[in-house]
Parts: sequence; C-alpha cells; structure tokens
Amino acid sequence: MERQSPAFTIFIHACALLLAAVILAPLAWLFIMSISPAADLAAKPLRWWPQSADFSRYGQLLSTAENSAGAAFTSSLRNSLEIAGMATIAALALAIPAGWAVSRTPSIGWSLSMVIATYMLPPVALAVPLYMGLSYLGLLNNVFGLALVYLTILAPFTTWLMKSGFDSIPREIEAAAMIDGAGLFQTLRIITLPLAAPVMATSALFAVLLAWDEFFYALLFTSDQRAKTLTVAIADLAGGRVSDYGLIATAGVLAALPPVLIGLVMQRALISGLTSGGVKG
Amino acid sequence: MSGTWMTTRAWLLMLPLLVVMVAVIGWPLADTVGLSFTDAKLVGTGGNFVGFDNYANMLSSSNFSRTLVTTTLFAVISVAAEMVIGVLAALLLNQQFHGRAILRALMILPWALPTVVNATLWRLIYNPEYGALNAALTQMHLIDAYRSWLGEPGTALAALIVADCWKNFPLVALIALAALQAVPRDITAASLVDGAGAFNRFRFVILPYLAGPLMVALVLRTIEAFKVFDIIWVMTRGGPANSTRTLSILVYQEAFSFQRAGSGASLALIVTLLVTVLAVAYAALVRKTAGSAA
Repeated sequence: MERQSPAFTIFIHACALLLAAVILAPLAWLFIMSISPAADLAAKPLRWWPQSADFSRYGQLLSTAENSAGAAFTSSLRNSLEIAGMATIAALALAIPAGWAVSRTPSIGWSLSMVIATYMLPPVALAVPLYMGLSYLGLLNNVFGLALVYLTILAPFTTWLMKSGFDSIPREIEAAAMIDGAGLFQTLRIITLPLAAPVMATSALFAVLLAWDEFFYALLFTSDQRAKTLTVAIADLAGGRVSDYGLIATAGVLAALPPVLIGLVMQRALISGLTSGGVKG
Repeated sequence: MSGTWMTTRAWLLMLPLLVVMVAVIGWPLADTVGLSFTDAKLVGTGGNFVGFDNYANMLSSSNFSRTLVTTTLFAVISVAAEMVIGVLAALLLNQQFHGRAILRALMILPWALPTVVNATLWRLIYNPEYGALNAALTQMHLIDAYRSWLGEPGTALAALIVADCWKNFPLVALIALAALQAVPRDITAASLVDGAGAFNRFRFVILPYLAGPLMVALVLRTIEAFKVFDIIWVMTRGGPANSTRTLSILVYQEAFSFQRAGSGASLALIVTLLVTVLAVAYAALVRKTAGSAA
C-alpha cells in the first residue's frame, strides 16, 4: 500500500463528506418534511429543523377510514403488494425452467437473446394494443391485468438472472445424480433447485423492485382504488391540489421504505446481479 | 441421451416463457406496426389504411424534431454526467478512509428509491414558493428572489437532469467500484515503481479494467434515458411550453391524450427504431472495447 500524505488524507475525507452529503441531504429532507408541522414548511425563511416532530401524517395515511387520504393510500399500497407479488411469482415460474433450459442447452440460447432484446422496446411501443387488449378482456383497472402486463418487464430480466445462476452450478453434479439413478425432475428438485435458491431469491427481489417501481403502465391501465398502484397514487398527490407538502413527503417515505430496506439488506447480491452482465461483457 | 431429445426438452421448458412473451410483447408489437398504417382512434373501430402518411406527418412535424432534440439533450447530458460523477465517486470509494463501508452502503439508497418518489422529492425541492432549493440559495445569498425552477423553460430541463443524475450516478459508481476492486494490487504497485503519474496510472492501468463494465452501464443507461417517461411526467408533464417534452411523452400525448392511436403507434415505432440503432451501434462498440481491454 502506498503511503498517503496528510494533505491527501484530508482531501479524501473532505470528498467523502461531500459525497455523503450529496446522497443523504435530499433523503433526509424528505423525512424532515414528513415530520415537520405544515407551518414550518411554509415559513419564510424556511425552517430546516422542525420545532416539534409531528408523526401524525403517518397515522393519517395508514388509516383506512372511508374517503380519507388514508383510504386511497392504503388501497394503493395493497394493490402494489398484490401486483408485485403475483407478477414476481409468475415471472419466476416462467424464468426457472427457461433459464435452466438455456443454461444446459446453449444451442437454444438465441431464443433467450431475443427475449432479452425486448428490453430495448420503449413501453409506448406496446401500450396501445395492450390497452385495447386489456379492455377487450375486461382487465383494465384490474390487478390481474396489470400483473400480466408487468411480465413484459419482469420475465426477461429474471430469466437472464436465473440463466447466469444455473451457469454457475456445474452440470457434473446433475450428471452424477442421474448416474445414481435419479430422474430429471428428481435431480432438479433435490440437487439443482436447492443450489439455485440464492439466485432465485435475488431474482425475486429484483422482480419485486421492478414491479414496485413501475409507473407508465400503471398510469395508463388503472383508474381508481381498485387497481391504482402506489406510484400512481403518489403522482396523483404530487400533481394534485394537496396543500400539505408534508403529506406528499410522508407518502414518499412510506413507498420508499420497502425497496430501500431490500436494497440495504441485499446490497451484495444486488450488486453482483447488476454487474454480472458487465463482467461477462 | 440423444441430442435431439435434449433440444426438444429444452424447447418444452422454454415454451411457457415464449408463449407469454408472444402474448404480451410479440402480438402488441405486431399490432402497433399494423396500427401505424391506419388512422385508428384509441376507442371505436379499426380505422382506415393510410399507408405511410402517419410516418411522413410525424417526421416532418416540428413537434417531432423539437422533441427529438430535447430527448437527445436529456440523454446525452444526464448519462455523461452520471458516468463522470460515478467514476469519480468509485475512485473515491476505492481509497482508504474512515466510514468507507457506511458510505458504500449508502450508495444503494438513491438507486433503491422508486423513480416516482425521486421525482416527487425533487419536485418538492424545486417548489417555487416553499422549496428547499430556493430557501437554501436565498439564505446563502446566491439568488435574490425565489425562482420557479420547473416553471421556466430555461431551467426546467436542467433541473430534471440534476434529479435524474442524483438517482442514477450511484449505480454507475457501484459498477465501477466492483471493477476497480478487480484491478490486481501488484499492477498498480508496479506502475508506481515505474514512475507513472496519477493521470497516466488511471488512463493506462486502471481504465482498461473499467472499460468493459462501464460500456455496459453506458449502453443500458443511454437506452433508458432515451425512453425516459416517469420522472418527466411526474415533475413537469413535458412543460413548461413543451421544453421538457421527450419522445415517450409525445407518444403518450398523441396516443392517449389526443386518442390518435394510429399516429401515436407510428411515432412509437420511430422511437423504437432509434433506440435499436443506438443499441446496435453501442453493442459493436462494447465488443470492440472488450476486445482491446482483454
């Protein structure tokens, strides 16, 4: 290790402080807004630190009293959970067999490449026919319909992750089990899938994050509390006539909590998932 | 076991995925192509065949050319800034300092924050009456009066780019950091012994290790930036005076606000073609970079 001059050490620490401030300041401000009394947020000069912490907005948004701001928020929270859950399970059900097949039979790999190439498609290129199709099936403004549409985003990505996961499990292990007399599905169930469990977990988390984050299709295909997701509910709040900015901030904090916690806990797995494509070029 | 059976079995396992992909991507895409040659409305009957009229009208409209310029500006500036800031942050995070582990962990936060929450947060920060940016700049005496950052055509796009960069540069930093950690220590040590300066060390010793992963990040971020919709819709809806209207916003307006499904479809396919050309050009570049770095 090279020896560092004191000036360099000070410079590095100053840069680190600056970077930490850049990352944290907007997030901290979102949280402070959510607990500041409305008068503090409207004060000029702006009061950066609330005189008293006011957590009442969290209760307000999480209450299920009818026709309250909370009713709209909690229903969108439930819709987001349901849609993300259904879409993730469906995506994995498609991705696991397909990922294994491509990993063990590279000659069909081109079909997965085609599926992954759909990442380039802007959602607007599919939106009009999907709208007409969902309308025809009676699935507009419906959590099942939106979960189905989310497969356009989730399935290619999870299949790609599963395929790289299976690639790292040596096929010799499977061959050995087969020689010992296990059938294919027995081998997969006893040997391969347990070994692939961490990759399945990572894929599922990515899928949940993608579904939780989705906005464009949700904006187009949902219209009321029966199917509106959190992202649409927050955009409604931000674009509407809500005069209490603290309430908008509170909704943001609540919507951000699940993915942020997933991100912090799963950091290592997420980064290796994100960079594996890069390393392989 | 015979090779044909292996291949058949693989196809059978692929089948559910392929069926669903055809249903939710293949068929809609084909239908969009069909629609783009008609004057169909969003609701009602199919519309009449109009040949390439939609494409001709779109490509010659001033709306399209202006929107293309806006989209390109947004994509080029935000992605370039994300790359530069991301690599600088990664170089920093690869140094020794107190609290390094915590700072590395914090980098995941902007990435994990939902895009719509990020857009809402910055919209509040830029608020003309009560926003934190106005308050901070006034209290530091950098501006005299509160400004409407998202309400003036001169500043709205820049304000959006800052918000987009803040969310996305940490991802570039994490990817670059992972690549930096793969640089063997003895190589950097050897270059020090050989008397390489800091810049030359970065250019000739470290950058080759970064090039591959960074190119992939560049490709993905550029494609995303070119398709951008969410952050702009939540922060400005393409305004003021259409100064932040990108291609995806224009398609949305054409197909859903004005309900002109046919001409919206033609525009959507023009965007798709542009993104594809970009991606193919980049892919060639990635292959070249990967080749020269190896």
